[in-house]
Amino acid sequence: MSSETVLHGQTAEAAVHAHEGHDEHGHHHHEESFLTKYIFSQDHKMIAKQFLITGIIWAIIGGLFSVLFRLQLGYPEMSFPFLEDIFGTWAKGGRISNDFYYALVTMHGTILVFFVLTAGLSGTFANFLIPLQIGARDMASGFLNMLSYWFFFLASVVMFASLFIQTGPAAGGWTIYPPLSALGQASEGSKLGMDFWLISMALFIVSSLLGGLNYITTILNLRTKGMSMTRMPLTMWAIFFTAVLGVLSFPVLLSGAVLLLFDRNLGTSFYLSEIVVKGEILPNEGGSAILFQHLFWFLGHPEVYIILLPAMGMVSEILSVNSRKPIFGYLAMVGSLFAITILAFLVWAHHMFVTGLNPFLGAFFVLLTLLIAVPSAIKVFNWLTTLWRGNIRLTPAMLFAIGFVSLFISGGLTGIFLGNSTLDLHLHDTYFVVAHFHIVMGVASFFGMFAGVYHWFPKMYSRYLNNTMAYIHFWVTLVGAYLIFWPMHYQGLAGLPRRYTDFSNWQSFNQFADMNRFISTVAMIVFAVQLLFVFNFFYSIFKGRKVQNTNPWGSNTLEWTTPITPGHGNWPGELPEVHRWAYDYGKDGREFISQVEPVGADESAH
Amino acid sequence: MSGYFILAILVLAFVVIFQISKASEYVSVLKGEEKSFKQSNRINAFMFIAFLVVGLFGAWLCNEAYYGKTLLAQPAASDHGEKIDFMLKLTFAVTGVVFLLTQILLFWFAYKYQYTEKRKAYFFSHDNKLELIWTVVPAIFLTVLVGFGLFYWFKITGDAPKDSQVVEITGKQFNWMMRYPGKDNVLGRKNYRLTDASNGNALGVDWEDGASHDDIEATEMHLVVNKPVQLVINAQDVIHDVGLVHFRLKMDAVPGIPTTLWFTPKYTTAQMKEITGNKDFVYEISCDQMCGSGHYSMRGVIIVETQQEYDAWMASKKPQYVTVKESAEPKVAADSTGAATVQATQKPLAQLK
Repeated sequence: MSSETVLHGQTAEAAVHAHEGHDEHGHHHHEESFLTKYIFSQDHKMIAKQFLITGIIWAIIGGLFSVLFRLQLGYPEMSFPFLEDIFGTWAKGGRISNDFYYALVTMHGTILVFFVLTAGLSGTFANFLIPLQIGARDMASGFLNMLSYWFFFLASVVMFASLFIQTGPAAGGWTIYPPLSALGQASEGSKLGMDFWLISMALFIVSSLLGGLNYITTILNLRTKGMSMTRMPLTMWAIFFTAVLGVLSFPVLLSGAVLLLFDRNLGTSFYLSEIVVKGEILPNEGGSAILFQHLFWFLGHPEVYIILLPAMGMVSEILSVNSRKPIFGYLAMVGSLFAITILAFLVWAHHMFVTGLNPFLGAFFVLLTLLIAVPSAIKVFNWLTTLWRGNIRLTPAMLFAIGFVSLFISGGLTGIFLGNSTLDLHLHDTYFVVAHFHIVMGVASFFGMFAGVYHWFPKMYSRYLNNTMAYIHFWVTLVGAYLIFWPMHYQGLAGLPRRYTDFSNWQSFNQFADMNRFISTVAMIVFAVQLLFVFNFFYSIFKGRKVQNTNPWGSNTLEWTTPITPGHGNWPGELPEVHRWAYDYGKDGREFISQVEPVGADESAH
Repeated sequence: MSGYFILAILVLAFVVIFQISKASEYVSVLKGEEKSFKQSNRINAFMFIAFLVVGLFGAWLCNEAYYGKTLLAQPAASDHGEKIDFMLKLTFAVTGVVFLLTQILLFWFAYKYQYTEKRKAYFFSHDNKLELIWTVVPAIFLTVLVGFGLFYWFKITGDAPKDSQVVEITGKQFNWMMRYPGKDNVLGRKNYRLTDASNGNALGVDWEDGASHDDIEATEMHLVVNKPVQLVINAQDVIHDVGLVHFRLKMDAVPGIPTTLWFTPKYTTAQMKEITGNKDFVYEISCDQMCGSGHYSMRGVIIVETQQEYDAWMASKKPQYVTVKESAEPKVAADSTGAATVQATQKPLAQLK
């Protein structure tokens, strides 16, 4: 098995230099046991599916948690006896306890940011698309790729186990700022649950690094003959930059997490200084609680782009394919991805304007943060121009791609408020922030992910998802997302702080009971519709309409030159040779021209 | 019971949707996929334009319903807050235009350029001039926003005026404690190791420092209207945040690292009651940084009043040092009578925190 992959890897690598010797490798299909095919698979397509399905399971858990805490926010005076049946003392009398509320909020954030939108999104589409779109037999290292999934699985197991600890999982917010997260005395969630969180995150980072290094190596070294970097589809560029971001920033979070583990268990004082907690005077002096925030956000900010960039790449591809037009401004799109990647490393302290950060330093972070709006604007205008005078096929994937653009605009613009430190003084840690990042990072990236699933599902499972369910899924989710998060801006403009379980004791914040009930109700409906998608997904794997055509979307990219159900190695014969960029749609009166077609003598230049 | 009922309805709805979806898939196969594709394409294209129109109307409705409940409907209660409100409105104007323009184009294009057999997509791969325009124009607007933003940022975070009143505010799970410097206008030195709430020293003030002897401690913050105030912000256990919504300001309270914040209150609490038309109006301090299970209840109160009212309040307060010494003296005399009386005298002090 492993020698097979090595062989494939080597041949693919050799293909860049000397395009020969594939015939003897592509054809023979080795016998695979259930274990090597479905569990310890080294086939990038199977690993992608493992990431996707694990991600879906986590998304259900993370989404369910949000429904639970929205119950508390929307119906603070009601009690739900069934909650006590399930959660026992966490929901005594059918009401969610404060500790439980904060545990839910924390796990909702952690699960969706890391396990769903990082592993579930990047893990799925980087693994699935890289070899298929650059023309490689598999990842550079199938074994590391397999390890990447299994480290993610281990991280999942540890995080899942933490939900069953008596003192509960971590509860200090997904940003786990010490000293709260460092001191067991300060919060139930900072007891054993926090250690589990940190260990799980350490495993997750290992998984992410193994994956990321593999993605970078594969894209740089295993492109098929003729596939120069500038002929790659934008999905590849986006995933490449995502991997670079991850590889350079995740280790910083690891260091932050390890120091926090030391502070918690070994009596060090990296983050602790002059603390009196519940009347107990701690000996720690000289640490800095703010240090952790620097370490955390040095990953934390790139992380939002790790989540967003793959979605942007897939949306670019899907918009172009279904508009039957080339993506407008390919080089500007690559350039803006690059600019976002660089800037992503230079803006972390905009999360820390009100920590007492030196205002002079803050000024640079304001400038660099608002600078990100320029490449973002370029992307939006280029997407719009891609649609302009197209011949648009509104497939489910296309619907989600257009929805992504709408949400990216809405959520991106509120970033201009928050990135400006003057306004951040007012809006920091209010519902305005909640609305902002849920729209631009959460829902938008989910839309990118859905677009990707609908678009590449036929390649993954050789069947289609059901269209009617897809339309219902799209429209309810789009309308629901706006109904949930648009009103939250108003709560933010009233100054409502995040992470409050109850506003009834506040003169300044108690005026939104009806809005909260409305938001909670819509959130439940939207959650139910996501279950419809999950059902559609699993049902269609086995019973969906079969794909009859190797290239159902009329797409130029290489994955549609493989057989309907590609085996391990992707192409049965030689690897395809690439002669052009991925976006010759509608050129010279032809609907689409595949990347493998040689450039004709009388073809116009673009 | 009603729970099962809702569950049953949900399951039923699922089954119905599933059956319809399944049926429509068969229909599309029978009718010809081309035909059903065109039909659903038309419907979805129309939905986009409908979504745009209904969505914009909904946004207007939402604004009608909730604008009055936000702080936009009332003046900022500090000079800094006024700058921030101006900045907020300016940003709304700029982003609002971009929002409308791009959303309308997006959904209009999705509708206008929907698939028809007649149309050929227009091969348009790049245009340097266009791209330059939409790089430079946003950059200019952002420069304006950054310019205004930083101008105000440095004003707000700059040094407090010399004649500022100083108030120390310390956060702990889950309440706020205030300290005033007293007549000498100097806050006494602190040492966290001296913290001893049960002996009247919840803040860990070092009584050895003479400057501490006239410091006043309180649970409410009293400020003088139109007089600049500098807050010295501390935390004892975890990170908190002094959130002052009506003044449009906030600043973290970090254990071990004091922070500061200054502003000038513009309206007394009484005036704000008139302005907002809310007779129960009160300036609230909210904790805006997740600090544990009681985070949502970590509330403080600020009373902004005239100089006379403030002086009268201040005159009614006794320095904490004096209170501590007074309660310590009977301790020596009552040594033989046992610990019970000692505890009795110390109780009220503990509650002071």
